[in-house]
Amino acid sequence: MATITTTKISETDLLIEEYGYDDHFHEHHDDDKFQSSFITTYIFSQDHKMIAKQFLITGMFWGVMGAMMSLVFRMQLGFPEESMLWLKPVLGKWITVADGIGTLAPEFYYALVTIHGTVIVFFVLTAGLSGTFSNLLIPLQVGARDMASPLLNMLSYWFFFLAGAIMFASLFLSTGPFSGGWTAYPPLSALEQASAGSGAGMTMWTISLVFFVVSVLLGGINYVTTVLNLRTKGMTMWRLPLTIWAFFITAILGILSFPVLVSAFFLLMCDRALQTSFFLSEIFIGGQALEHVGGSPILYQHLFWFLGHPEVYIIILPAMGIVSEVLSVHARKPIFGYRAMVYSILAIAFLSFIVWAHHMFMSGVNPFISNFFVIFTLIIAVPSAVKVFNWIATLYGGNIRFNAASLFSIGFVSMFISGGLTGIFLGNSAIDIQMHDTYFVVAHFHIVMGVAAFFGMFAGVYHWFPKMYARFMNETLGRIHFWGTLIGAYAVFWPMHYLGMAGVPRRYYSFDTFENFSHFANINKFITIAAVVVFALQVLFIINFFYSIFKGKKVTSRNPWGANTLEWTTPIEAGHGNWPGKIPAVQRWAYDYGKDGKEFIPQIVPLADGEKDNGDH
Amino acid sequence: MNATIFNNGPKTQTKNKIHPQKFALWIACASIVMMFVGFTSAFVVRRAAGNWLEFDLPNLFFWNAGLIVATSLVLHFSKVAFRNGDFTKYKSLLVAGSLMGVAFVVLQYEAWMVMTNNGIYMTGNPAGSFVYVISGVHAAHVLGGLVALTAALVHAFSLKNFVTPQRIHRLDLTVTYWHFVGVLWLYLIFFLVLNS
Repeated sequence: MATITTTKISETDLLIEEYGYDDHFHEHHDDDKFQSSFITTYIFSQDHKMIAKQFLITGMFWGVMGAMMSLVFRMQLGFPEESMLWLKPVLGKWITVADGIGTLAPEFYYALVTIHGTVIVFFVLTAGLSGTFSNLLIPLQVGARDMASPLLNMLSYWFFFLAGAIMFASLFLSTGPFSGGWTAYPPLSALEQASAGSGAGMTMWTISLVFFVVSVLLGGINYVTTVLNLRTKGMTMWRLPLTIWAFFITAILGILSFPVLVSAFFLLMCDRALQTSFFLSEIFIGGQALEHVGGSPILYQHLFWFLGHPEVYIIILPAMGIVSEVLSVHARKPIFGYRAMVYSILAIAFLSFIVWAHHMFMSGVNPFISNFFVIFTLIIAVPSAVKVFNWIATLYGGNIRFNAASLFSIGFVSMFISGGLTGIFLGNSAIDIQMHDTYFVVAHFHIVMGVAAFFGMFAGVYHWFPKMYARFMNETLGRIHFWGTLIGAYAVFWPMHYLGMAGVPRRYYSFDTFENFSHFANINKFITIAAVVVFALQVLFIINFFYSIFKGKKVTSRNPWGANTLEWTTPIEAGHGNWPGKIPAVQRWAYDYGKDGKEFIPQIVPLADGEKDNGDH
Repeated sequence: MNATIFNNGPKTQTKNKIHPQKFALWIACASIVMMFVGFTSAFVVRRAAGNWLEFDLPNLFFWNAGLIVATSLVLHFSKVAFRNGDFTKYKSLLVAGSLMGVAFVVLQYEAWMVMTNNGIYMTGNPAGSFVYVISGVHAAHVLGGLVALTAALVHAFSLKNFVTPQRIHRLDLTVTYWHFVGVLWLYLIFFLVLNS
């Protein structure tokens, strides 16, 4: 936890005063209405920094929920013979008791798997990750007083909250929450008779996600408008930190892909409520022929994955942006290949829209059409490899500070490589014939977009905690958290590759009747135990987080990491409007580390005579 | 939209002349377009799969395309009149435009009735369901525009006859959204004709 500050506080103030831009913000006195009472400060806040904290803590709540669900179904998979009677006080009727032995109800197992996926993908890694850091960092790093629309920003959080409340309530339905998988394919999602959770559970699931999309769109419109319209003087696009580039492109992806999900949900709701046949063809259920004719369930899959694939980049791009920034700051080196990093973000974002059918190789898509999707899927490896190369090159020869933030960033790179390589297997439609719907897929996406995105999020939390709460998180606990999670996460997901290659299918409740999978019982036990250990370490993180909010070591200088970006020029506890006086003007790009014999040169420091800005052409 | 929604004006030093609010409106329009891209591409894919009922669209859909274009023109001239301080013209055109907007929704409903009378129902072959859904979701967006127009009417008749940049801006946003839903209907009707 180095606290190196070569730029004195007064010097920062002088630079802002001399070169900054006076927008007469504090003469309007409209900041009072933002933080004048407990409710406007902490609940219906319109301040982007408070909204970021709301997103983060709500995301953490859902992270714990999703993780606990995974523990229950991992118990089932690792120890299918053990009694689950001890869970009866929590799960109630979903634990059936016979001869004093408690068994997890299979339909609830499927509900757990479904809700685990839904909440981790949407509530934790979309809202909790890009919601938190886009809100916190976009205004601070582009030099704006707040988001373009603080009101819409507040609504964005509260729509997310509402979505969460509805999803949470659906857990308590007597028929249980939706249980047809997080992708909600029809007919399981379209017919009430299909499963217990397909009735009220599915209705609430859909309503919850529609509110969630509203939240994402309100947030995204704000992020894009803020980045394009409210950058401070001198902040050209090529001087933006990579965090902002990542959040900006993420927001565009969300704006373009989530509405398509809404169109799919709308057609699905028509099928459910108005007896239309968009996704339902001639179908028998429970021995009864339904009147639906001529629909196509594959159509839903196309619409769903047109969102679904960009969604995985909506999750990973913010993590990539955070990692780029954190690695550069803590390696005390400029990010290697800044422009290549930006272009690779753009390339990944573009490609993400034309690869969706690689999720559908085995659902009846024409193999000749699959070829097209295979090629573009594999091309994504190119910009991804550029990014990995640049992160490693940034670290190479750096004067690296190994702290929780930088370790999680390095861990991110490790996870992204491991998970990315298995993506090359799965991107081939021929290999997918063998691998589809096995634990190989589970291992792939959990490592590359689950664990990796969590690592990016942890790196961001440890790095910007001082900006959020004016205190540090405990470094020792942070390192224990990192090493335990790194080893534990690999212990959980690495063995799943072997299960998958042996053909063990995902989503199965039990493998009792499959003699050829019985010798994997011990691997499954091992995975479950590792998952419990990893969960315990996340509890440690949460304790560290909340303890540090109140009792952490206080931040004593504005720029504790010696970073260049604008958020570290604000007061330690920045009020509404972020800067007490003028808005700082930007003179250079964000990555002048180790230049001209100086350890770092903040963006507000003017270029010396004859000095060339590395960000400009 | 009211004045407090976007309280940070554009910085003078950015060359971008567009108001952040208007820019945000365009992004919102882009996301609405993406939803209709979802519907119409689903239409194309489903139609290509066969078992598709061919039927004639009600003529009212085409008349309505003309009506919504006329509405846009009337509202545009209302905005111009307001900017020039011609309040009588501004208010009368705003009232006329709003009534035409209401008429659009009513006539879309009549068009659905025509379809139902011809035996094309919401249920049954998806060819019909798609037309109902696409025109229905579009009508919902028109209703959103009517809410904005109602707010504009309230402003027009409750505020004093005074031209301010803020009021020009608000009216501009409302009218821009109307142009958008109009163009959207032109695209949809063009699409439906092309695919039937």
